[in-house]
Amino acid sequence: MLRLLPLLAALLSLAGPAAAVQPDEVMRDPALETRARDISAGLRCLVCQNQSIDDSDAPLARDLRLIVRERLRQGDSDTQVVDYVVGRYGEFVLLRPVLSWHTALLWLTPLLVLALGALGLWHRARRPGPVRAALSPAEQEAVDDLLRRH
Amino acid sequence: MLIEAGHYALALALAVSLVQAAMPIWAARAGDPGLRSVATAAALASCVCVAFAFGALTWAHIVSDFSVQNVVENSHSMKPFVYKVSGVWGNHEGSMMLWVLILVLFGAVVALARNAVPATLRANTLGVQGGISFVFLLFILLTSNPFARLNPAPMEGRDLNPILQDPGLAIHPPLLYLGYVGFSITFAFAVAALIEGRIDAAWARAVRPWTLVAWCFLTVGIAMGSYWAYYELGWGGWWFWDPVENASLMPWLAGTALVHSTVVMEKRDALKVWTVLLAILTFSLSLLGTFLVRSGVLTSVHTFATDPTRGTFILGILVLFIGGSLALYAWRAPLLRQGGLFAPISREGALVLNNLFLSAACATVLVGTLYPLALESLVGDKISVGAPFFNLTFVPLVVPLLLLVPFGQTLAWKRGDLAAAGQRLLAALGLGLLAGLGVAAATWGGPVAAPLGIGLGAYLILGAAMEIAVRVRGRTLGLSLRRAAGLPRSAWGTALAHAGVGITVVGIAAQAWSVESLATLPRGGTLRAGPYAASLDGILPRTGPNYTETVARLTIRDRDGGVVGHIEPGRRFYSARNMAVSEAGLLTLGASQVYASVGETGSDGAVGLRLYYKPLVLLIWVGAVVMALGGGLSLTDRRFRVGIPAARARAREEAAAMKPMPAE
Repeated sequence: MLRLLPLLAALLSLAGPAAAVQPDEVMRDPALETRARDISAGLRCLVCQNQSIDDSDAPLARDLRLIVRERLRQGDSDTQVVDYVVGRYGEFVLLRPVLSWHTALLWLTPLLVLALGALGLWHRARRPGPVRAALSPAEQEAVDDLLRRH
Repeated sequence: MLIEAGHYALALALAVSLVQAAMPIWAARAGDPGLRSVATAAALASCVCVAFAFGALTWAHIVSDFSVQNVVENSHSMKPFVYKVSGVWGNHEGSMMLWVLILVLFGAVVALARNAVPATLRANTLGVQGGISFVFLLFILLTSNPFARLNPAPMEGRDLNPILQDPGLAIHPPLLYLGYVGFSITFAFAVAALIEGRIDAAWARAVRPWTLVAWCFLTVGIAMGSYWAYYELGWGGWWFWDPVENASLMPWLAGTALVHSTVVMEKRDALKVWTVLLAILTFSLSLLGTFLVRSGVLTSVHTFATDPTRGTFILGILVLFIGGSLALYAWRAPLLRQGGLFAPISREGALVLNNLFLSAACATVLVGTLYPLALESLVGDKISVGAPFFNLTFVPLVVPLLLLVPFGQTLAWKRGDLAAAGQRLLAALGLGLLAGLGVAAATWGGPVAAPLGIGLGAYLILGAAMEIAVRVRGRTLGLSLRRAAGLPRSAWGTALAHAGVGITVVGIAAQAWSVESLATLPRGGTLRAGPYAASLDGILPRTGPNYTETVARLTIRDRDGGVVGHIEPGRRFYSARNMAVSEAGLLTLGASQVYASVGETGSDGAVGLRLYYKPLVLLIWVGAVVMALGGGLSLTDRRFRVGIPAARARAREEAAAMKPMPAE
């Protein structure tokens, strides 16, 4: 049920071939192709929901894949390719957000939760144990009575 | 007529659930325990009503009653029977009906579980349950009526979305909902405990089976969804960190933490306040999982519910349950007495660490899923948070947790000895490391981190086996066997579940060696992926009950050229919706798979083929099933079968009822 929704949109938005990277897109140089695949996996297909251009069937994703490969063919480094795509489409295209002020909370969440948890545990360890309520005279008598009998 | 009766039954269930919600409070006010039994009757009655309504809707789908709007929009007279039934919950209205049906079913089981739950707690729990059913029934009746009629009735329905016409999707939502809704019981117990202001080991024992049941179903439900995505989406991935997947992972992580913290509470009477909070959070995340996806907040284009009144109602429900229960928690939790003490190095300590890491992982997923949304609405910046982010943050949180698992199992309660535990685990650690190094040596030049993953998985499996071995080891075989038989089933369940985690880890790590090949293949052409090669025998057209398909017949050969099997990936065309769906071809070889998906057939008869070799991929889901089996085994433990000493509890209750209570 859950996974169908993005696919639904993908299918509605195009009537083209099913597979993502097409055989005709593959670069001759396997090393370059591997780099292209790695870069593509980190770039978002802008018209899809949470799919990388490497996974997506949308025509726009294909265009982007071809752009990535074209830049690589012209000798760009991986960062240059990514920067070029970000320059054209903005930060939204990055599936892994950059670390900066507006994403600080996002990246620091794991550490913050761990730190808060550790702080809580430390606090708890320092606190004296729960104070047991003293017995009422009647209860004390009952205890004494039991102790005498056994 | 049946449809109207179903609609009426739903309205009746609404009224009954209101009684169910109000009665325990009234009973407590009036000081009349007899009134409490009304909640039991109400829970059973609302179960009967909702079951009838659900049955009526199902019947309309089975007989293709196209005067019902829901059937028209999601069914077709030519659709196979299975999908006529599963189509009931393959849409917004029907899935809400399924949700409520499962909710009242659980309610009825709690109502009938006389021995397992103390009477007051049971009544209050049923009251909270009643409140939840009331709100959801109201939601269905006001905004998502599945019984709406169409006049005039069309001759034919618009068919179920082809992607949903799959056996995997027929059972995935019910399993997932059994998990989500199962946590509502734990939530109801927690709220009941807060209302009573009292919580003890008996509470934990009463809650634990429900938590385990929900957790098992959720585990299998998520695994099922993941396997479906793997074979249906056509690019061989098994987890995409999609918001929709994250929505089900979050309650699972919180639920896993809950399953562990209730152990501490039951055995040692500690971590009470935290456990109650966790129970509230787990169900809150389940609600979020059900509704954030539906309300259209997360995934604008892809949701069933685009109606703004639904969105507002859903927001109201979330605020009511999450906000209300947390407010109740803030108010009443200080009343709960803290229990047993323990040293930092102890099983309790290890379980606290488990909870800490699971909470951090859950928070990471939650923040990662919602952050783009929050940032856009607050600042206006648009960012994406996708798989690379989650892999970078989630994995480092999970690895230390997994390293900890066998230690947690080995350490003693109250005060443990880390050195002794290390000694007992030395063999598992050593063998795990050896396995990792062996794999690294055998695949030198390949992936770097993956051998460590294999080693980690092996360590988890061996650690679980070792725990059992140490506990049953005797001088003779007979003695060992007797000890093994005497070992509580929960111990076996724990070991099995932890071994399941190890199996999944091995499966995940092995994906580093999966091979993908891509080519446009002419007839007779061959494409190689890893140790296997596929050759295209031909393209065949076929007709299904409500679709036509083109399949590519492939012969799979191993390195020596021997035929190991045939697969037929294809593309199906459903004319009712004018949609095409690709069907992957899978050949299972042990735990590994050869996976093929095809694109369009060209005019020259050549076909775009994508071929994968996925080593040990099935272990990912087998591990999840083993985890759930471990949970199930733990459920059959003697202490749950026996329940609380019922006779004594009942006698005491009767005595209390006879004696007029002095005013406090």
